Amino acid sequence: MNSLKLAAKILIYGTLLIVAALILYWLVFHSRWSWFVEYLPLLIKGLWLTILLLVLSVVLGGLLAIPIGLVQVTGPAPLAWAAKTFCTVIRGTPLLVQLWLIYYGLGSLFPQIGMAYPGFKENFMWLIRLDGFYYALFAFTISFAGYEGEVMRGAFLGVPRGELEAARAFGMSPWKVLTRVWFPRAVRFVLPTLAGETVLQLQSTPLAFTVTVMDLMGVTSKIRQDTFRIFEPLMLLAVLYMCLTFVIVWGFSFVEKMVPQKR
Amino acid sequence: MQTRGDRTLAVQVHDLHKRFGELEVLKGVSLKAREGDVVSMIGASGSGKSTFLRCINFLEMPTSGTIEVTGEQVALSRHKDGNLHPTDRRQLERIRTKLGMVFQSFNLWQHMTVLQNVIEAPVHVLGLPKAEAVERGERLLHKVGLYDKRDVYPAFLSGGQQQRAAIARALCMEPKVMLFDEPTSALDPELVGEVLKVIRDLAEEGRTMILVTHEMKFARDVSSHVIYLYKGVIEEEGPPTQVFGAPKSDRCRQFVSALHS
Repeated sequence: MNSLKLAAKILIYGTLLIVAALILYWLVFHSRWSWFVEYLPLLIKGLWLTILLLVLSVVLGGLLAIPIGLVQVTGPAPLAWAAKTFCTVIRGTPLLVQLWLIYYGLGSLFPQIGMAYPGFKENFMWLIRLDGFYYALFAFTISFAGYEGEVMRGAFLGVPRGELEAARAFGMSPWKVLTRVWFPRAVRFVLPTLAGETVLQLQSTPLAFTVTVMDLMGVTSKIRQDTFRIFEPLMLLAVLYMCLTFVIVWGFSFVEKMVPQKR
Repeated sequence: MQTRGDRTLAVQVHDLHKRFGELEVLKGVSLKAREGDVVSMIGASGSGKSTFLRCINFLEMPTSGTIEVTGEQVALSRHKDGNLHPTDRRQLERIRTKLGMVFQSFNLWQHMTVLQNVIEAPVHVLGLPKAEAVERGERLLHKVGLYDKRDVYPAFLSGGQQQRAAIARALCMEPKVMLFDEPTSALDPELVGEVLKVIRDLAEEGRTMILVTHEMKFARDVSSHVIYLYKGVIEEEGPPTQVFGAPKSDRCRQFVSALHS
């Protein structure tokens, strides 16, 4: 058994070592980074857009997820059904499909309305010329809301009934029960999974480049087209996304430590 | 000496029925608790005593009957689920603040420290200034012997400590009546004593209490009035000397005989 473990260890570490050596060899002898300085401002802008897409969609989607999760537990039935359907549709279709449906669907709907009604065109030119970024933000927000709505539903259900009963027995109004006990308790269940979900959301943001957003992925692809260097920008991209992931994980673990709790 | 009739009524329940589908758990139970009374409800599991207590502050909705707390009758109207629900949510919330509930499974809010649990409702329901609530809360935690645990989260406490904290939490509302729903049933045997001692102290202070319990000796010692419930009906009631000493009903005699063996 022990020798088997040892063999596995040697195999794993050996493979890692070889890969690292190959990358190092490539970095030293073959990679070219002369384009870097020229494209640095664009990369910084791309990084900013990526972060903006991530943070806004997580915050807005997270806020939307609270009522979506809650009504599935409390009712009324039509709202619960609507929320359930929303979550099922969002989780049942690829994000890329949603993004394109929104970008090409809504994106072509507004100009058509503008064509038919000149008044609309005059007043809502901004809507017709809306940047791809906003479509991407919208798609990512409802996607996050769909996934987290389901998570919040489970979290609200997971809060012990007795603690809610106690809150009611002490004369709290339904709103007080929600804001003082139910939601704060539920959020603590969600916190550990939220870190993972946010990382997943980050890794989904490159899709935005398919609808003309110049996020990190978009900039990288421009660099590739301009310079014909393929691996260097992609390598840089991988490293940057990994750094962002570390920041997210570290940030969430910091928040979790601020909320001391057994269980 | 004051007699039972002189003091004002704290809780009056009249002809309470509760039905869960086909099963009628309470078949017309009435109760009067005057200020300073300690009313104990005993009976086998499933006799309906917990359900009755939970109906008093509407954690369960009764099927029929009336409930008065400190002379104020709770306005009820028929709900589509077949039970009576309080008509006026604000009246219900106000009445609930007068009833300090202690649960079998403590039900402390796990995301708050002991002191935060204790001052939560006084601050956010009664609107008590925080400093005042903290002062009151710390005094009560002293009283139940948990002052040094005030900044600890409930999950780090023993069952007995949690239940004492829950009692302090209920007391901090300065309720007119304390409701105890089997407060020692979820505790390890060696922890029962510390909780009973706190409840006994409260009884001796003259607090009005309605207590659902399996602790017969305790009920005999602290109660002014004992109700023996059998299958949703009051089978026997009276002063503890009668219910435990000379019960008229055979079932009650059998039930309390365990106490003497």
